[in-house]
Amino acid sequence: MVQEIENMRVYKRPESMHEVFERKGGAAPTATHYCPGCGHGVLHKLIGEAVDELGIQDRCVLISPVGCAVFAYYYFDFGNVQVAHGRAPACATGISRARDDAIVISYQGDGDLASIGLNETLQAANRGEKIAVFFVNNTVYGMTGGQMAPTTLIGEKTITCINGRTAEQAGYPLHMCEIINTLKAPVFIERISLSDSRHIKQARKAVKKALEIQRDKKGYAFIEVLAACPNNLKQDAQGAADYINEKMAKEYPVKNFRDESENAISVTRPKSDMSVEKLNEIFNTSDGTSEAVIDKDYKELQIKIAGFGGQGVLSLGIMIAKSGSAAGRFTSWYPSYGPEQRGGTANCSVIVSGDKIGSPIAYNPDILVCLNKPSLEKFAKDVKEGGVILYDSTIGDVNLPKNVKAYSIPAVEIAIEGGTQKAANTAMLGVIMKLGITRLSEKDFEDGIESGFAGKQKLIDINKKILKMGADWAEKNLL
Amino acid sequence: MSTNVKKKSPYPVIHEQECKGCSRCIIDCPRGVLVMGTALNDRGYTYVTYTGEGCTGCANCYYTCPEPSAIEVYIPRREKEEE
Repeated sequence: MVQEIENMRVYKRPESMHEVFERKGGAAPTATHYCPGCGHGVLHKLIGEAVDELGIQDRCVLISPVGCAVFAYYYFDFGNVQVAHGRAPACATGISRARDDAIVISYQGDGDLASIGLNETLQAANRGEKIAVFFVNNTVYGMTGGQMAPTTLIGEKTITCINGRTAEQAGYPLHMCEIINTLKAPVFIERISLSDSRHIKQARKAVKKALEIQRDKKGYAFIEVLAACPNNLKQDAQGAADYINEKMAKEYPVKNFRDESENAISVTRPKSDMSVEKLNEIFNTSDGTSEAVIDKDYKELQIKIAGFGGQGVLSLGIMIAKSGSAAGRFTSWYPSYGPEQRGGTANCSVIVSGDKIGSPIAYNPDILVCLNKPSLEKFAKDVKEGGVILYDSTIGDVNLPKNVKAYSIPAVEIAIEGGTQKAANTAMLGVIMKLGITRLSEKDFEDGIESGFAGKQKLIDINKKILKMGADWAEKNLL
Repeated sequence: MSTNVKKKSPYPVIHEQECKGCSRCIIDCPRGVLVMGTALNDRGYTYVTYTGEGCTGCANCYYTCPEPSAIEVYIPRREKEEE
């Protein structure tokens, strides 16, 4: 950057780049890790210079990619997140939206952006995310040793196309600026070249413009940077400059594709309310942990409920969990099911505890409720010694482990008698309640049903009725 | 360096340990006043040197150099020159 020092105008390392790269360390902590003649360093300096000139250092967050620039965080004295291959646009989106004032710089190579990350790149561009993307195109995978990239030119030799890329085998070079220029949202699109000083001085303006657009929160800016990889492409300095000027620029014209920065207005996003109160309202729940009371006498109770999808397996779990919450216990509910909405197997774990819950999974349940035979066969062996197994009597005769109490319950029958077969799970709940094995009160269960059916009075009424029928059956037959 | 300040003409400062000898600055210098040396620096690279005369302060070498700290270009102010 240009600095005024005493009586001098001085071109030197930007202030926003470290003098000593402490994060790099090693024997040469003032040098980059890049190969001699690499384009990355040139672009780093231009970004640093623009950040200095715009006075935005404290707002900048660089997203460094996978590729040679993976270590970009060594060099810049501002925020950085290093991301997985091709995922920079997603991470940049998150940061840009979470921190409205952040100037997010997504720095990516051709393998990262145009191959593995192409989808995310297009989606982020299409959403008009408030980010500046610097896409370094050197037509080759650098870090991994010079393989063919999406941008490798036809006829160009790399170690994975040793006779030169052919369209027949590998298709054509991808033109990222042109592709992004088909989208409506981007504010600024330009392809620049770092072949020589004449082009670099032109490139300065585009780099600064992209960051200026971020400073003013105007939206998505995309800069494609034609850069040298002299090491992998086996070029000397002149060879690299000639290659970019004569071959790359023919395939990838160096020009501005779009500049809507004058007309663009600042991006505003609707505010997200992620407060606990709002989430409780949305999910019709309460933050159990803030209301739960530590009670060392109430030992952790593990409950597993299993059956096929549609039997009310998951909702029985929710009703028990809600009952636990209503009683001021710590509770968790953890479902597990297949991709199908009906017919597959489903199970859920419910933990009710007098103290904070570690794992939400009931590996060795105190209570197992099974609504079909395969579930009973699968989970019966896991039940704790002295535990309780409740299964629907339609399952018939089964071999059950010793040292557990097993009860065959006509839950489906009770539910049909009560008016709806769907409520077999609630009949089961009534039995659980009456047996007293959860150490929760009848009122807790009724509160659980009220909260579980969220204001649907008709459902609440019928389920309370079937709950009582289940309880009555248990009293008559089990106690 | 000090002799150049006296002359009040622009000059590059090459930090020889930072130079990786890529030659980009040499081919981009319009006056041809940068040359590749034959000695190696501590990091094992041959490095660029300034012939000592002829720099116009165009800063091409600064911009084309991939290393952040290898080349600086100093341009004395004119009015100071006239004092």
